[in-house]
Amino acid sequence: MWQRLFTLIRKEMQALLRTPQSRRLLIAPVLLQLLLFPFAATLEVKNSTLAVFNQDGGAASIELVQRLAATQAFPQVLMLHSQQDMQQVIDRQQALLAISLPQDFSRRLASGQGVTVQAIIDGRRSNSAQIAYGYALQVVQQYAAERSRQAAPARLLVQNLYNPNLEYRWFVLPSLVAIITTIGCLMVTALSLAREREEGTFEQLLVSPLTPAYIMAGKALPGMLVALVQGCIIAAAAVWVYRVPFSGTVGLLIVSMLCYGLSLVGFGLLISALSSNQQQAFLGSFAFMSPAVILSGYMAPVENMPLPLRMVSAVDPLSHFIVIVKGIFLKGYGLVDAWPHLWPLLAIATGTLLLAYRMFLQRSH
Amino acid sequence: MAVSEDIAIRLRALGHAFAGRPALHALDADIRRGIITGLVGPDGAGKTTLLRLMAGLLKPDSGSVQVEGLDPVTAGDALRLQLGYMPQKFGLYEDLTVLENLTLYADLRGVTGAAREESFQRLLAFTDLARFTERLAGKLSGGMKQKLGLACTLLGSPRILLLDEPCVGVDPISRRELWRMVSSLADGGMAVLWSTSYLDEAELCGEVLLMHEGRLQYSGSPQALMDSMQGRSLLLQGIAGNRRQVLRRALRCTEVIDGALQGHAVRLVLRTASELPDLTSLDAGPHASLQTVKPRLEDAFIDLLGGGPGGDSPLAEHMPPARLPDGVDADAVIVAEQLTRRFGDFVATDHVDFRIRRGEIFGLLGPNGAGKSTTFKMMCGLLPVSSGQARVMGLDLKKSASQARQQIGYMAQKFALYSNLSVAQNLEFFSGIYGLSGTRQRAAVADMVRVFGLQPYLAMNAGELPLGFKQRLALACALMHQPPLLFLDEPTSGVDPVSRREFWSHINSLVDKGVTVMVTTHFMDEAEYCDRIGLVYRGRMIASGTPDELKAMAADADLPDPGMEDAFIALVQRDDQLREAT
Amino acid sequence: MSISLRRLAALCRKESYQIVRDPSSILIAFVLPVLLLFIYGYGINLDANRVRLGIVQQDGGVEASRFVQTLQASPFIAASLSTSESAMRQQLQMGEVRGVVILRSDFSARVRQGQGAAAIQLLTDGAEPNTANFVASYVQGVFQLWLNQRQGGQPAAATLTVQPRYWFNPTTVSRNYLVPGSISVIMTIIGALLTSLVVAREWERGTMEALLSTPVTRAELLLSKIIPYYLLGMAAMAMCVLVATLVMGVPLRGSLWVLFVVTSLFLGSALGLGLLLSTTTRNQFIAAQFALTAAFLPAIMLSGFVFEIRSMPLAVQAVTYLIPARYFVSALQTLFQAGEIWPVLLINLLFLLLSAAFWLGLTAWRTPRRLDGN
Repeated sequence: MWQRLFTLIRKEMQALLRTPQSRRLLIAPVLLQLLLFPFAATLEVKNSTLAVFNQDGGAASIELVQRLAATQAFPQVLMLHSQQDMQQVIDRQQALLAISLPQDFSRRLASGQGVTVQAIIDGRRSNSAQIAYGYALQVVQQYAAERSRQAAPARLLVQNLYNPNLEYRWFVLPSLVAIITTIGCLMVTALSLAREREEGTFEQLLVSPLTPAYIMAGKALPGMLVALVQGCIIAAAAVWVYRVPFSGTVGLLIVSMLCYGLSLVGFGLLISALSSNQQQAFLGSFAFMSPAVILSGYMAPVENMPLPLRMVSAVDPLSHFIVIVKGIFLKGYGLVDAWPHLWPLLAIATGTLLLAYRMFLQRSH
Repeated sequence: MAVSEDIAIRLRALGHAFAGRPALHALDADIRRGIITGLVGPDGAGKTTLLRLMAGLLKPDSGSVQVEGLDPVTAGDALRLQLGYMPQKFGLYEDLTVLENLTLYADLRGVTGAAREESFQRLLAFTDLARFTERLAGKLSGGMKQKLGLACTLLGSPRILLLDEPCVGVDPISRRELWRMVSSLADGGMAVLWSTSYLDEAELCGEVLLMHEGRLQYSGSPQALMDSMQGRSLLLQGIAGNRRQVLRRALRCTEVIDGALQGHAVRLVLRTASELPDLTSLDAGPHASLQTVKPRLEDAFIDLLGGGPGGDSPLAEHMPPARLPDGVDADAVIVAEQLTRRFGDFVATDHVDFRIRRGEIFGLLGPNGAGKSTTFKMMCGLLPVSSGQARVMGLDLKKSASQARQQIGYMAQKFALYSNLSVAQNLEFFSGIYGLSGTRQRAAVADMVRVFGLQPYLAMNAGELPLGFKQRLALACALMHQPPLLFLDEPTSGVDPVSRREFWSHINSLVDKGVTVMVTTHFMDEAEYCDRIGLVYRGRMIASGTPDELKAMAADADLPDPGMEDAFIALVQRDDQLREAT
Repeated sequence: MSISLRRLAALCRKESYQIVRDPSSILIAFVLPVLLLFIYGYGINLDANRVRLGIVQQDGGVEASRFVQTLQASPFIAASLSTSESAMRQQLQMGEVRGVVILRSDFSARVRQGQGAAAIQLLTDGAEPNTANFVASYVQGVFQLWLNQRQGGQPAAATLTVQPRYWFNPTTVSRNYLVPGSISVIMTIIGALLTSLVVAREWERGTMEALLSTPVTRAELLLSKIIPYYLLGMAAMAMCVLVATLVMGVPLRGSLWVLFVVTSLFLGSALGLGLLLSTTTRNQFIAAQFALTAAFLPAIMLSGFVFEIRSMPLAVQAVTYLIPARYFVSALQTLFQAGEIWPVLLINLLFLLLSAAFWLGLTAWRTPRRLDGN
C-alpha cells in the first residue's frame, strides 16, 4: 500500500522536475524573491530627504539642523528659502518631511523662552512620514533635553529583546519562509489536480484500484514536500546569507513546516475540488492567497485588526505559521511555546482535508 | 508557368523540418478543383504538416506552396478569405453555446444576413445539433463536438477546404451525411483536401495522395490503385472453430501479406494473385472455401507500405491465462441489468441489459450522443447508475470499488496518459498504482517495452509520441497488471490501418487467453472483430447479436448483403420509423 | 494591418461571454477587489494605536504608582499589571504583550534620592520591529508626561516643542493611503494575472489554430483580447473608486478624468505584460507563475505602496523603476489625497505611457500569425 503512495508521489515529483523549465519555475522565483524582498520589504525609513526652512541662522538652529542631518533617516537635507518652497517640496514628494525654524529660534532658546518648531508631513504616505517624524522628534527632544540643565529624576531604559537593533530583516526573513512557500505549495496541489482533469488522466486514476483517499494523499504529500524544500532553502539563506539568528531547533522548524504544509494542502485540495479547470484553480488559489498574506500579520499586526478580521485571521494558516517561524528564529521557541499555534494548524488541516475529501467524492462521481 | 484552370493548390519541391527532423521531403503535387482529394498515410507521415503549410500556419523550409495562385505565408490575409481549414483537434469554445460558436465563426468568415440563416439551418440539420443550439459546447459528447467543429469550418463559401481527419469519433450516419455535403460542395467547384485514416472514405475520393514518412508514395485515382490489386483479395468463408486462430495461421503464410476478421469470415490479401495459401495449413474446417473479392483501397495501402504487421502478438507469451475468481459465472463476467442513467429529465441510458462471457469481445455501437459512452462509463465505475445494476466479476463497482478495479484494464477515448512524463515514467507509474513493485514491476515494464517496441521512445515525453505509439503505450499501461477484463473506449480512433491491425492482433491474442473485452467504436472494421455487438440508440439497446446476425437483421430486398455500416444505418433508421409510427 | 469591425466585435463578444460565464474571472474582477479593499482599509493598521503593554510593578511606592497610573491613562496603551517579572517575560515571548515596563522595588526610593539614579526599564518585542518602535515612543511620551506632572504641571523642557501638521491626511488614517495603493494591486491582478491565462488557454485547447486559419488579422486578435479586459478593468476600477469613496470615506481630490487616463495607461502596460507572457509561453501553468512573480509580487513589494522605495538599497530602487505599478501607486496616492499636482502626475503619466507602449508593442510584435514564430 505504501508502494502505491510512493508511486503517486514519485510521479508528481517527476512531473515537477522533468524539464529544465519546470525545475527553474520551482526554484527561480524563490531565489528572486529571496534576493529582492528582504531589502524591499521594510518599514524602516532610510535615505529620505528632509527639507528645512531655517529662518533663523543662529548657532543653535544650525546645530539642530546638523544633528537632524546626521541621522540615518535623512542623509540629504534640502535647504529651503521660503514658505512657498515648503509647500512645493511636499506637494512634489521631494521630501517626506519639512521643518521650519522660526526667525527668533536661537534667541528664544538661549533666553529659556519656549520656542515652537513647525513640521509639515506628507500625509499621502502617512506611515513612512510618521516614522520619519518620529526620528526627527527624537533628535529634537534629545537636543532639548541636553540643553536643559535640569537633571531628570529618573531615566527610561529601552531594551529591545530578541532583536536588539530592531533589524527589520530579522522580521522579514522568517515571514518570507511562510509566504514564499505558500505560493509553491498551493500551485502544486491545486493546479496539478485541475490539470489531470483537463488532460483526462484523472479518469485513468479513478478506474485504477486507488481510492480517493490515495489520490488525494498523492497530491498532498508532493505539495508538502515542495513547501518543505522551499522553506528550508529560505531558512538556510536567512541564517547563512542574511545572518538572522536561529535560536530554536531545526526539528521543530521542520515539524511545523510539515503541519503548515498540511494545512495549505487542505486549502489547495479544496480549491481544486471546487474548480473544473486550471484557470479556475489558479485564480481560486490566488483569491485565497492574497487575503491570507495580508491578514497573516506580516504587513500589520493581527492585534490591530478589528474583531471580524481577527476571527478570519484565526483560520488563516499563514498567521499561525508566521508566529511559529519567528518564534523559532528569534525567541527560541520550543514545542510548548509553539503549541498554541501548532494545534490550530492541525485543526485547519483536518477541517479542510475532510471537506475536500467530501467534495472530492461528490465530484469524482 | 501556365496555371491550369482546375488546379487549386500546387506544391513544388516542398520540404519542412521540425528542429532538424525532416517532416516533408521535396513534395510535388497538384490538387484539383471540383473533386475531393484524399490525403492518406500512416501516423507521422506528414499529413498534418502538409495541411498546415497550405493553410499558411507554418512556413515551408524549402520549395513552394501556391494556393489559388497565392503564397500562404506572404499573402495570408487574402488567402484566408477563400480558405476553410479544420484542424485535427478543432478547438471549440467550450463555454460558448453551439449557436454562439457558429455565430462567432460566421462573423469571422463574413457570413451575414440571409446567407447566415440559410447556412445555419443547413449545418444544424446536417449535424443534428438543432436541438442543442443553446447547449454549451463543452457539454456536448466527443462526436457532437467534432460535428460542430466541422460546421464551423464549412461556414461561408471557401474555395479551398482543408479537412484534417474530420471524421475521428464521428458515427457512420453522420460520416455519410458529411461526405454527401462535402461532395456537393466539390461538385460546385470547390477544391477539397480530406485527410483521413479511414480508407473506406478515401476510396470514394476523386484522387488520393498517399504519403509515407514525409514522401509522396502515390498520387492518382484510388480506383487505379485498387485495380492493381485485382485478384489478390480473398474471403475465407465457412470457417469451423476459432476464426481468430485461423486468421493468425493465415497471416503466418508467406503468401499472405494482410488479413482481418470480417464477421465469421476472414479477409486476406495475397502477395501475388497467383499464389494462394494452402487451405489445409489454415485448419479452418472441412467447409472452408476461398473466394476472390473486390479489392479495397486499404489492401493497396498496406501493400504499398510493404504488408501488414503479421498476426502473432508477442503479448500472448507474456500474459498468463486470465482466471476467474471462484464463484464467478463464466457466462456473466460483465453484466448490465436494467441499467439506467438519468441526467435531470434526460435519460441517457434506458434499461439496458447484456451479459458478456469470459473471453468474448463485446462491442457497443451507436450514433454520437446515443448513450453509448454513458453506458460504458457506468460499466467501468466512472459514473454512478441511477437504477439497475452494473457488475463485473460478480462485484458491484460501486461497493467493492478498489477490489473490482484491480481486475480491469481501461483505455480512454482520448489519449489520457501523462503527456509531460516520459514513456518509461508512465509505465512505471501505471504499474505502480496497480500494486506492482520490485522485480515484478521491472519485469512487467520490460515485457511491455519489448512487446510494443517502445525501447527507442523510453525517454521521450509521452505527449510527443506519434499517435500510433501513444495508443500502444496506452494499451501497455492498461495491461501491465494483467487484468482479466479490458475496457476500450474508441481505442483506435484516428489511428492508421497498420497500427489498427497490430492493435487488434494484440487484443485477439488476449481474448484467446480468456481476457474479456468490452469496446466502443465508430469504426466498422473494428466492429467486425467483435463476437457480439450491442447497438445503442437513444439510450436503448435496439439490437444485439453477432456481426453477421446484425447484418442479416438489416438485410432487405434493396440490400440483400449489407456491410456492417449499412446494417448500422438501416437498423437505426428502422428504429426511427418505428418510433414515428407509434 | 487591417481591422474588420465585424470580426473584432465578434471576437470581443466571444471573449466577454467567456469572462461572464467563468465564475473565477468574476470572482477575481469583482469579489476579490472589494474584499482586498476592505482588508487593506480596515485590516492593516500600521499605527498600532493601542499596544498591549505589561507592567511589572515591584514597588508599591507613590512614585511608581503614579507612573503606572499615567501609563494606564494613556489612550495608546492597554496595560496589564503583574508583580512577577518572569510571568511578564513569558507573555512577551508568547506575543501576548508587545512591551514590558519594569519598576523595581527600590524605584520610589531612588526617585526621591534624585540625581537620575532611578531607572524605568522597558523591554520591547524586537520580533515585531515596527510595533516595538511604537511601544517605545508611546512609553517615552508617558514618561515625559509623568516627568512634567512631577514638576507640578510645569514642563521640564518647555524650551523646545514641535508642532506637527499632516498635510493631505490630517488625522493620519492609514486607510486613506493604503486604499489607493491597494487599487494598484487590484488593477495588476485584473490586468496581468487574468490575461496571462487567456492566450495560453487558446493554445492549450486548440482554439488558436482554428482562429488563425480564419481571416482574422493580428490586430484584431490582439485588440479582441485587450478591449474586453480593459473594459473589465475599468468596471472594476469604477467599483473600487465607488466603494473607497462612498463606503470607506476615502477622499478623492483629483478629477475623475485624470484618474481615468492614469488607469487606462496602467492597464495598458498590465494587459501588455499579461498577454506577452501568455503569448510567449503558450502554457497556462507557466504563464500564471510568471505573472505572479513578474507582476503581482512586485506590485505589492516594489511599488512603494506599503514599503518606502527610498529606504531600499540602490540596486533594488533601480529595479522599481521598471515596475509600472510604482508610477501608478504614486499617481493614485496623489490623486486621491492631494489632487492634481501636475509635477508629480506628469512624470508618472510619462512613465506609464512609455511602459504601456513598451509592453503592448512587444506583445503586438510577438503575436503570431502562424504556428511557428511570427
